[in-house]
Formats: sequence, C-alpha cells, structure tokens
Amino acid sequence: MSLRSFFRPNRTSIARPDQSLMVENRALLERIDRRKLLRGSLSLGALSLLAGCDISNREEVQGVLRTVSDFNDGVQAALFDPKRLAPTYSRDLVVKPPRFNAYYEIDEVKPVDLSTWKLELSGLVKDKRPWTLDRVNALPQQEVIIRHICVEGWDYIGQWSGPNLRDFLTRVGADLSAKYIAFYGNDDYMESIDMASALHPQTILATHYAGEPITDPFGAPMRLRTAVKLGFKNPKWIRAIEVTNTYPLGFWEKQGFNWFAGL
Amino acid sequence: MKEHTSRRMHPLALRIMHWTNAIAMIVMIGSGWKIYNDEVIFGFLHFPQPIVLGVWAQHALQWHFFGMWVLVLNGLAYLAYGIATGRFARLLFPIRPREVIAEAVAALTFRLKHQDLTHYNAVQKVLYVGVITIIVVQVASGLAIWKPVQFSGLVSMFGGFQSARLIHFLGMATIVLFMVVHVALALLVPKTLLAMFTGGPRLPDPAPLHADGAPAPDPSR
Repeated sequence: MSLRSFFRPNRTSIARPDQSLMVENRALLERIDRRKLLRGSLSLGALSLLAGCDISNREEVQGVLRTVSDFNDGVQAALFDPKRLAPTYSRDLVVKPPRFNAYYEIDEVKPVDLSTWKLELSGLVKDKRPWTLDRVNALPQQEVIIRHICVEGWDYIGQWSGPNLRDFLTRVGADLSAKYIAFYGNDDYMESIDMASALHPQTILATHYAGEPITDPFGAPMRLRTAVKLGFKNPKWIRAIEVTNTYPLGFWEKQGFNWFAGL
Repeated sequence: MKEHTSRRMHPLALRIMHWTNAIAMIVMIGSGWKIYNDEVIFGFLHFPQPIVLGVWAQHALQWHFFGMWVLVLNGLAYLAYGIATGRFARLLFPIRPREVIAEAVAALTFRLKHQDLTHYNAVQKVLYVGVITIIVVQVASGLAIWKPVQFSGLVSMFGGFQSARLIHFLGMATIVLFMVVHVALALLVPKTLLAMFTGGPRLPDPAPLHADGAPAPDPSR
C-alpha cells in the first residue's frame, strides 16, 4: 500500500471540525453528563472554559489530529489479517444479559415493531428485495462466542448467532469488491466498516443471544456482531444495509473518533 | 582547537531525542488519563479535567494515537543511537548490584557526590535502564490493548485484556514516578538540567575507556 493511500485525501475534507462544539458533541455530552463524571455541574460556561484552555478543539489542531487518525485507518487496514480469527470462549463465560450500550440510556430505547420490520438493502447490491425476519431466520445460522471490547475500555464475552455476513452479501449479489458497508439503525445511528472486515469469518448479522432472540435493549431484531471491531462499530436495531464505494463516515466518527477502529 | 571539535556529553541529536521524548510522554500521559476516565480501573481515581489532555474522549484518543508515533519512532531512533554510538555501553553499563546498594544508601542520606556529569552513578544507571525497559513494555501493552485480535498472543502474554489494561496503567504510574524523581534530581543539581539544553561538558576525543567501562577523567579539569 502506498503511503499516499494511507492518508486518503478525499476524506480529510469530510472530517473538518467546523460544526459548533455543542452540536458536535451533543451525544457525548449527554453521555458524560449522565455518568455524572462532571457531577451535574456542567454548564455552557464551564464547557467553553474547558475548551478554552485545551487546544484539542482548535480547528488547526483538529486538522492535524484527524489527518493522523485517517493515516491510522490505513495502518490498521494494512495490519488487519482477514484470515486471523479472534479468540473464542466457552459458553460458561458468557455474560447474560449482554451489557447495554448506546449514546442514550436503556429506558430511551424505542423498540422495533417486529411484525412490520424489514431489512432494506441499497447500493451495490443486485437483489434489493427487503428481507422479513422469517426469511433471515431461515438462513444458515452461525454462532460466535467472542469478546466485545468498547473504546472506553470495558469488555465482556457474548454468545451471538445469526447469518454470516459474507454468506448474506454473496446471496444478495453484493459487490464484494466495494470498499464500505454501512449499517443504519432504527434510531439515528449509522456506522460503516471496510469490506475486508465485513467478509471476516467472525462477522455476522446477529439475531440471537445465548440461543434466544435478541431482546429490545440489545438491538432486536438484528445487530451487527464482528469480532474484529470495537463495540461502537456494531450497530443495533439494523433496518438497512448499504454497500458503497463512497466513504460513509459514521455516528461517532463525525465527532472525531477513529473510523477503522479495528481490534 | 581540540576543545571545539570534541563531542559534548549530550550531543545535539541526543538532546533533540530527549526533549522530543519528554513532550511525547507528556502527551501520552495526559491523553491516557482522559481515556482512563471513561472506564476507571480504580473507583477512587478520576483524573481532574485541568490536568488531562482532550476536552472530550475522542480528542484524548486522537492525541494518544498521534503521540504513539512520535514516542515509538523517536524511541527507536534513540535505542539505535544509544547502541550504535556506544553511549549505552559507556554510560549505562555495567551495573554492579553492590554499587547500586551503596550508592542508593548514599543518595538517600544526601551523601552521593555528583561532581562528574560525564559519569553516571549506579543509581542513575538503574533508573535509566529501568525506565527504558518500562517504556518498551508500555509500548507492548499498548499494542495489546489497541489490537487485541491481531496481537492476541501479546494479550495472552499480559494475562488477558483487562490485565493488559492494568499493566498499561501501572507502566504509566511507574513512568510518572520516574519523571518526578528525574525532574526533582535535575532541579537539585541544576547543571545536569542545563547540560540537557547546552550539551554539557566536552568529552576527550575520542573518549578513552578505563577497563571497567567508565570514561577517563577529563584532563582539562
């Protein structure tokens, strides 16, 4: 891979940090506030004060840091071994229920109506007919017992099953040479991953946890589970999948998190 | 004439690498503290916002994965330089346990002499070799946390993912402790601090070695 392609100049323009601080960090602000890290004392005034004495948010600094983050995407893609399997674990290590995580609290989850739910397909896919849950469940099922690792540093072992993503993409005639796959949640969440990670043997469209259908807080009826990405790259409550060559960014990347986020 | 051509105690390249490392380390520690705050290992310990680097966690991650390149590339250059020029062999080795104990006792009772800057005492040798080793382990545990699937063997070596996180934290704590002692001692003997800016005393050129590896006394003194 050439050094130039590491930098992906077409993407640095997207990553411009020109949105206002509050809008850009709305979700994170809410999350941190809830965690009471700031002990309820967070105010706009305090926030601007914090931003004032830390140069991280300045546009020129963000320009450099996001360029390095893009460079690190390329390095991680080069480090990624598509054949290397993540460690798997025995069933007695599985944590039940799985740990909840979203940019909002568990009581704010809007459950998906399973009777009307359909999986939409778009982009570089030949057969774009939507999938009902019954059809998804009729596909061959794969179980993975893998470690979920959050960018924050916590982890747990989960037992997920559902159709293998590579099999599914092959079945619907997706262009497997496309660069990206984007997953749209029933909320406003969207994350995208590289095709190599999507085709990894331990990447599945999970519909079950520990042998039972996934319940509402954990992404019913379908979520992505890949052993080779950080937790936030595994969208829940999936309603649509898009195969594309246009870099789709993602919910957290817009706020400055690293896109590749590979394990 | 010879005065002007002979090498300094700390050649320019070494000084640049030292201060680059200092800045990279401060960036890594400050951003690491912010990252830690999102999932603390010890419930009683949160790093206050004024001393961390990054308004939000994503900034801290950006700094950490920027700083790692500076730290690792500069560190590799430093190791290569130290080995190739013989600086490590001349200044950091050999380390004799008996001298370490005697000089540690002397240091703790404020009786340790520090006249000759060009010669490190046994306590200095242990501290410098120790912190270099800790930094190498710190890079390895960081790699394990960053890429636990690609380097799953490294994770096992550190005893699992959370164990690798803990070791990464303890490595940081050790490095911070070293920095406190290092800066305190440099301030106590200001000419050592000055030497890291100006280069310090000139060495005889070429530096003849005693049988024990220590440099010969400077004839100009």
